[in-house]
Amino acid sequence: MASDDSSNVPLQELTGAAAATAAVVPPVKSPKLKLYSFWRSSCSQRVRIALNLKGLEYEYKPVNLLANEQSDPEFERLNPIKYVPALVDGETIVADSFAILLYLEDKYPQYPLLPQDPKKRALNIQIASIVGSSIQPLQNYPVWNFIEEKLDSNEAIKWTQHHINRGFTALEKLLKGCSTKYATGNEIQLADVFLEPQIYGGIKRFGIDMSVYPVLARLHEAFLEHPAFLAALPEKQPDAPSL
Amino acid sequence: MAEAEATAGRLSLYSYWRSSCSHRARIALNLKGVDYEYKVVNLLKGEQSDPEFVKLNPMKFVPALVDGDSVIGDSYAIALYLEDKYPEPPLLPHDLQNKALNHQIASIVASGIQPLHNLTVLRFIDQKVGAGEGVLWTQQQIERGFTAIENLIQLKGCAGKYATGDEVQLADVFLAPQIYAAIERTKIDMSNYPTLARLHSEYMAHPAFVAALPGRQPDAPSPS
Repeated sequence: MASDDSSNVPLQELTGAAAATAAVVPPVKSPKLKLYSFWRSSCSQRVRIALNLKGLEYEYKPVNLLANEQSDPEFERLNPIKYVPALVDGETIVADSFAILLYLEDKYPQYPLLPQDPKKRALNIQIASIVGSSIQPLQNYPVWNFIEEKLDSNEAIKWTQHHINRGFTALEKLLKGCSTKYATGNEIQLADVFLEPQIYGGIKRFGIDMSVYPVLARLHEAFLEHPAFLAALPEKQPDAPSL
Repeated sequence: MAEAEATAGRLSLYSYWRSSCSHRARIALNLKGVDYEYKVVNLLKGEQSDPEFVKLNPMKFVPALVDGDSVIGDSYAIALYLEDKYPEPPLLPHDLQNKALNHQIASIVASGIQPLHNLTVLRFIDQKVGAGEGVLWTQQQIERGFTAIENLIQLKGCAGKYATGDEVQLADVFLAPQIYAAIERTKIDMSNYPTLARLHSEYMAHPAFVAALPGRQPDAPSPS
């Protein structure tokens, strides 16, 4: 689904996932779609998942956050707050993962991410907001750098873990009794798109113990079986460091 | 449908006078002309941790909206719920670019500014880093976010009377409380943000926004 035109990305690791996703939704040739992304950015991962679900091909434009490429004037013009992801769709530029996802939902309605039912819709937005406003921003680089500088990196890790656990505790309560395949139904919805990158990052980078979050843990296992999610994983991206 | 509406009754909004997230929900309700019951959650007394409230919103944040048997926590979810249920006046334009821009501005506030200076963060900073460091941190986060929004609005050339045109839209619902708090509580120098400063005066002249101001709420302390 993703290609970086400036590097020799081995396609075989993408073909399987892309082909599997194609079986769900036939790929739509949209070479005018460009996604500015960083492999490890959970916000970028959300959009990668959605693009894959909707069968949208895009050009992967890496922005190396560790080399401060987000401060390049060209990128700042695309997103004045200097965060990834940013999406270019022909003449349209959209930044912020939530705004991008809702834009994709309107423009490319195949594989809808929001249900019609108002209560379920609100629940999806609430879950997205918990992740997108109450967990992820507190581990984002302005906060991380501040705590690391004023205290140390151990405090930054503890701080991040605290907020992930706080958010996951609330999410687990909101999703209590969830008996559907995914968070709010048997199809992937917006909540799932926000949940998985946070859970994945929480486990991989911050050692979150998922055994205390049985619903989230079960959902995570289900997401890891879905081709659209697999193809969006950080380590599968063109700018991920080679092992 | 009709049966549900008849029994739904009045909406309730769980709110704290000074919470800028609650402030957003109050503006949205006022813009849509929706009458609601104001339910106080005193954050300084820790009422957000009362078991009854945690049942409504496990994140222990205000606002929360109760509409019959629907409970919606989170100001963004509330705003979009109201947008669906009460389509007039619309807070989101039909034009996809302008719609996306409204979400982008709302998200800069809701994810990029406000969560970074809420009570939890400030307590941590004052305790662990040093008393008074929280104020400086808040200023820096607001300035970073306001610079981005000011640049974004100018880049897109989208502002009219309000942030993204001549009608009040979602961006304004999120901007107004953040700008108000920045001026009133953090004493940000708005001369660096001419568009935001002008928007602030527009909001202060709009009845729906004025009625939503912290000082106008039932739980605001009476002026001494």
